[in-house]
Amino acid sequence: MADTIIRAKQVEKFYAQPSENRIQVISPTDLAIYPGEIVALLGPSGSGKSTLLRMLAGLSRPSAGEVLWHEQPLSQADINVSIVFQSFALFPWLNVQQNVEAPLKARGMPPAERHRRSLKILDTVGLDGFEAAYPKELSGGMRQRVGFARALVVEPEVLFMDEPFSALDVLTAENLRSELMELWQKKTIPTRSIFIVTHNIEEAVLLADRIIVLGRNPGHVRTDFKVTIPHPRDRKSAPFTALVDYIYKVLTKPDVPPAEMPLLESGRRVRDQRQMHYEMLPHARPGGIAGLLELVIDLGGKADIYRLADELAFEIDDLLPIVDAAQLLGFLKIEEGDVSITETGTAFAESEILRQKELFREAALAHALLLRQITRALSSKSDHTVPEEFFLDMLDEQFTSDETQRQLETAINWGRYAELFDFDAGRRRFKLPEAEEEIVAAGDETE
Amino acid sequence: MKLTASISNSFSRSQVAERTWPIVIDVSVAGALLAGFYLMLWVAHSWLHSAIPSVVIHRSPRYLPGYALESTARIFIAYLLSLVFAIVYGYIAAYNRRMEALMIATLDILQSIPVLSFLPGVMLAMVSLFPSKQIGVEMGAILLIFTGEVWNMAFSFYSSLKTIPRELLEACSINRFSRWQRLMQLELPYAAIGLIWNSMVSVASGWFFLMVCEMFPVGSTHFRLPGLGSYLQTAASKGDIGAIVWGLATMMFIIVLTDQLLWRPLIAWSDKFKFENVESAQRITSPILHLLRNSNMLQYLSNRAFLPIQESFYARLAHGSQRLLPAAEAARKRRKRIPIAFVIVIAVAAGVAGVLAFHAALLLKSVTMHEVLQLLLGAAMTFLRVNASLLIASLWTIPVGVAIGFHPKLANVAQPLAQIAASFPATALFPLLVIGLMNLGMGLGVGSIALMLLGTQWYILFNVIAGAMAIPSDLREVSGLFRFSNLQKWTTLILPGIFPYLITGLITASGGAWNASIVAEYFKIHGTTLRTLGLGAQISAASDRGDFPTLLLATIIMAIMVVTINRLVWRRLYKLSETKYRLDG
Repeated sequence: MADTIIRAKQVEKFYAQPSENRIQVISPTDLAIYPGEIVALLGPSGSGKSTLLRMLAGLSRPSAGEVLWHEQPLSQADINVSIVFQSFALFPWLNVQQNVEAPLKARGMPPAERHRRSLKILDTVGLDGFEAAYPKELSGGMRQRVGFARALVVEPEVLFMDEPFSALDVLTAENLRSELMELWQKKTIPTRSIFIVTHNIEEAVLLADRIIVLGRNPGHVRTDFKVTIPHPRDRKSAPFTALVDYIYKVLTKPDVPPAEMPLLESGRRVRDQRQMHYEMLPHARPGGIAGLLELVIDLGGKADIYRLADELAFEIDDLLPIVDAAQLLGFLKIEEGDVSITETGTAFAESEILRQKELFREAALAHALLLRQITRALSSKSDHTVPEEFFLDMLDEQFTSDETQRQLETAINWGRYAELFDFDAGRRRFKLPEAEEEIVAAGDETE
Repeated sequence: MKLTASISNSFSRSQVAERTWPIVIDVSVAGALLAGFYLMLWVAHSWLHSAIPSVVIHRSPRYLPGYALESTARIFIAYLLSLVFAIVYGYIAAYNRRMEALMIATLDILQSIPVLSFLPGVMLAMVSLFPSKQIGVEMGAILLIFTGEVWNMAFSFYSSLKTIPRELLEACSINRFSRWQRLMQLELPYAAIGLIWNSMVSVASGWFFLMVCEMFPVGSTHFRLPGLGSYLQTAASKGDIGAIVWGLATMMFIIVLTDQLLWRPLIAWSDKFKFENVESAQRITSPILHLLRNSNMLQYLSNRAFLPIQESFYARLAHGSQRLLPAAEAARKRRKRIPIAFVIVIAVAAGVAGVLAFHAALLLKSVTMHEVLQLLLGAAMTFLRVNASLLIASLWTIPVGVAIGFHPKLANVAQPLAQIAASFPATALFPLLVIGLMNLGMGLGVGSIALMLLGTQWYILFNVIAGAMAIPSDLREVSGLFRFSNLQKWTTLILPGIFPYLITGLITASGGAWNASIVAEYFKIHGTTLRTLGLGAQISAASDRGDFPTLLLATIIMAIMVVTINRLVWRRLYKLSETKYRLDG
């Protein structure tokens, strides 16, 4: 194989917990970036895409394993990288030219040389005449051009991009993508490799020479393959759609759980094996689930996930949680990238609201562990309330604190919809709905 | 509208309100402060009886420009000191994980302590430390103003650093900015707006303290510094209304001038540091800034002198920039041990502080039980007064503020006025007010409430205005559409709508009122001393007599009361306002 620019050897990321557990964000992973390729890293949210990017770029240190640049450890290697950020990360108080010059200034480059270089790169990305504008005067697309110019002005060997187009509207993103490809293919920029993190499957297939698909909980590589479709790629061509479909299949196939974590020195058995791979609630709203089911019924009860995404103009991060949730609740079945609606699913989608809630309640109690736990805890307490902290502590052992928060938010959302429990946001307590009293109270108010 | 955001994030106690830390930290911070206080008194004692140079304060308006200049210089020297301190302190607190909780707890307690009760101790200590006594008094005054100005700025800088978006920091790291470069390019610009608004608040409170600490007695000695504060006090004690009016006019002139020449241009300029993605329609304009920006001479100077200097300065910063990326840095630093010497130094310092705190506690033994009871009674009285003043202030400011806030035209006129009123030091008006009260035959018991009101009502007023302006017009339309009765409109729309702003205003006002009690409950005029029962009066009287044990105990009581009220009442209300009563979802 050609010489690697960046090689990750068994890198992993985890957060140690006060107890013996730890939260594994990325399981040990090998990965290499070679010259002359665009690598796309695809994965659902929670698969650690951005974390992996930051470890490769040298922003964040792996918890174990190491990253080599030109086969040398980071502290000895000299390599030029830059990042294009999703939020652009421009300095609002600097104008376009000052923003682009900032990295050069940081390296102590004299003003004349700085101006020459920045003007040249601004010319390249089509920002002529915008030198004196401030970022807030520009549209999102123009701002991201500044982001590109700032990243490219240092002539990086590897250009990292963290979902660079996802904050832009569809047309602007398309436009910027094709311009980037033009720069890359005509070798206008000396960059030797591009590493792009995305959750847009079509974007990955459109740009990349190699696609790495990540799975989650913890993040791990599911597949890593080369894309040989010649450029420029046509979204409507058969190989293109076939590849997109294939990736959907990979993403929705039940994941083989990654290798067990090493046993702890004490050799202590974990009390509840289930808790080690605590089931995660997909972040979908009940309304979204019902909407998806209705769409599937309209499509004849069976549909290609790819077509669904296309129909809804959804990206995978929008669609997959809903599909996952519907699957978890037993409303949908997934096989080879196709979804088909189940009997309960049909019943749920076609009932009126009160019956819908009833079906949802049954499904949630049967399939969603967290909801079952909350309900059980509430009914075992004499006053039928439990503070939020109780569940936060419980989940904190399994998830990062952000994820814990999101898990509870989703649980509250589902629980309220299913009328399983309610949450008092002021006192931060879960409580059982006092069904009859509340109906009476509500009746009073409407009179 | 601009005032809204800036005021609400300028108020530092609100930022700390979200954090919690173990009581151990509080206790150790309090212990260390006690030790510091004792050390100060100890230094002070060694000097108490030597001679002081006498400074004569003239009452002729001819001397006013000179006095005004001296006072202004004091304010701004103290301000610059606090700016530097705030930046260093905030920086360390934000980036040093080990120190963070301790440093923030320290700030929280420090800003609850009534600065004015430090006055005698600080003065005496400074005077004994400096060979020339006048310099000592000068330094003491500056130090006191500094302690009145610095905490909110440190908080503002700290919380700005904590809210910098992660991707911006990463953009700096990937380009290998050094710490200095990051400070100049990212951190200072990002914190600029908060720092500027807090600077305004700080300088205003600086004037408040200056009025008091330019002239005051400790025991048999009288400290005097030529300045506006001492001029006003001299005029008041002689009952010279003419001179008082001259002095107040000068004060007003300085405040308007600072506002126009300094704050407005700064705020207009800092608009570019605003971290937002759309341009706001409304902005503060400043003719002065416009003039500066369009001046040919300045342009020339800037191109020829400032830019090259800046360039070479920056080149030096960049020099030797063989910097590593964070990951490599972390790998290198891995498992760096805390040097033993460091541990020993910390242990020794803690030991010394412990001994000093113990001595300070011994000092308290000489306070009799009767005095303690008196102090507690005084504390209760002052507590009632502070709350009475808050209540009265709320009663008039809420309706007025809402009326103003609902009429944008009125608000455009009233808001700057309220702002100027708030930055006018209430202590400068005290003499005039006290004379008025005496003529009405009222004692300080009720009068001190009026004095507290004078200083604190403005904070509530302009926060209420800002809150009323922030209530979305569609909500007001809804209440019109459904024909809410007046009562219902107030309880369901207006009061909940302004709640967060009202709380911010009340927190600031409450802190101000406690501090004001020290000067409001004890006043010298016409050669007589007016006083009433209260903790503030007891602090003033104790420092007047040079009775340090009582002073120490009274200060501790006041600090404990303020901290407790903050924790038990204000912090909870603030949390409520942040969660339940937020308007922006």
